[in-house]
Amino acid sequence: MLLIPCPLCGKRSESEFIHGGPVGADRPDPNAVSDAEWVDYLTVAPNPLGPVQEKWWHARGCGEWLTIWRDTRTHDIVEAPDGIK
Amino acid sequence: MMVNIITIMQKYSAFSLARNALSGHRNWPLAWRSPPLKDRYDVVVIGAGGHGLATAYYLAKEFGITDVAVLERGWLGGGNIARNTVTIRSNYMRDESIPFYVKSVAMYEGLTRELNFNMMHSKRTMVDVVQTWPKLRELRRRQLVMDIYGSTYEQITTEEMRRRIPALTGGGPEARLPIICGMVHTDAGVNRHDAVAWGYARAADAMGVEIHQQIVVQSLVRGADGAIDGVETSRGTVRAGKVVVAVSGHTTTLTETAGLRLPLRTMNLTAFVSEPVQPLVDVIVNCPDSGFYFSQSDKGEMVIGGAPDMGQSFRRDIKQHVFEDTVTAMLSLFPSFKKLKLMRQWGGHLDIAHDASPIMDQTEVPGLFVTAGWWGGYKAIPAGGLTLAHLVAKGEPHPLMDSFTLDRFRHLDFVMEAGTTTAR
Repeated sequence: MLLIPCPLCGKRSESEFIHGGPVGADRPDPNAVSDAEWVDYLTVAPNPLGPVQEKWWHARGCGEWLTIWRDTRTHDIVEAPDGIK
Repeated sequence: MMVNIITIMQKYSAFSLARNALSGHRNWPLAWRSPPLKDRYDVVVIGAGGHGLATAYYLAKEFGITDVAVLERGWLGGGNIARNTVTIRSNYMRDESIPFYVKSVAMYEGLTRELNFNMMHSKRTMVDVVQTWPKLRELRRRQLVMDIYGSTYEQITTEEMRRRIPALTGGGPEARLPIICGMVHTDAGVNRHDAVAWGYARAADAMGVEIHQQIVVQSLVRGADGAIDGVETSRGTVRAGKVVVAVSGHTTTLTETAGLRLPLRTMNLTAFVSEPVQPLVDVIVNCPDSGFYFSQSDKGEMVIGGAPDMGQSFRRDIKQHVFEDTVTAMLSLFPSFKKLKLMRQWGGHLDIAHDASPIMDQTEVPGLFVTAGWWGGYKAIPAGGLTLAHLVAKGEPHPLMDSFTLDRFRHLDFVMEAGTTTAR
């Protein structure tokens, strides 16, 4: 079980959270990019064998959204939100 | 001159069993060879799992392409073909999907004879336990599309379902999610996963396909013209004008080495098995609203699966809370299972595409083919192998798979199966 570092609550069990997906690029202006770049933004997510940046929602806790870096091979949280050990 | 000695495949039969019994079973020929690795083949298939082996088999059988090497980093049939719950079914949602799965189910039913290998196929029906109205609406919608393509789906009452599955004693009027009804998919069945891997391997080998285990493919090699030129492996470079990536969860790890970006995420799906008990449940039970499914194996074990782990994962183990959630859900409908002891647990990592449908295509790197995004790809092995062999041999998608190319993403023309699998 993951212990996910919430900036408000500290380390809490993964079962209190809902996964919000990997962090991708910011949404571009569809009129300012090529079709290929637009499709890439819509459909391709980072899928690294290693640390991935991802969003979690503390839905069954305080309701905070947070971002961590988690290793997809080990589940180690390699980077937590600021101020959380 | 190098001479390839192709073994004549010994037919498995009651006669050969009796004959080998006379010599104490010491003279059975090997099921497949272990030839030395050459430095060039017509086709290299990466991954000796279900899809890789089936593709190699149909390349040889249907298209006469036998200069094929299947490269496997672990052991033959040790990946996801050994890490699923052997459920074979065709109850999908989309016009594009159902004919493919109907074909695959039919091919599975003839596979014992085709490969001369006992698949222990058991066409035992799947029953969906419906506990919410949105799920019932979704399944009825599936039923209407499935009717068109000759798949089977039929609604039954809760009473009828409890008669067919006596162990289903939970989900009564006082439950948090009372059972509404059942949906029955009579085409569904189970078989023996090792037999599928070994049967395809043995038959492909007999036609000249080489299977090489414990060779790690580290990267894809492109030629000066940009086309695929082979693979870099732990045993050196192997050249091939056509390379097939059939590695499930590690697809992007490999295709990134050729500079490709694919709309795939890798996730972990787990299953576990109880101690063997007397025959108790003779259908596959699927409980989509509670989040688990199971069937009883011929040995008597309950083979149980649940929802995937949230987030991306390349792991092959099971997380404690995923396990606990699945067991809790199961006990709410099958309280008598509380007495069962669980014997084994495992996980596999598989990739899921943006629209939860498979991807089978030649990539923008000429000669490089991928088969990926098989969420529940076990049921797709025969038709997946046949259609991929067609694509590799002819350069054109098989009609059953022509909606599943990468072009659908370029045109945002998704085949949306999200929600019809356990994928969330």
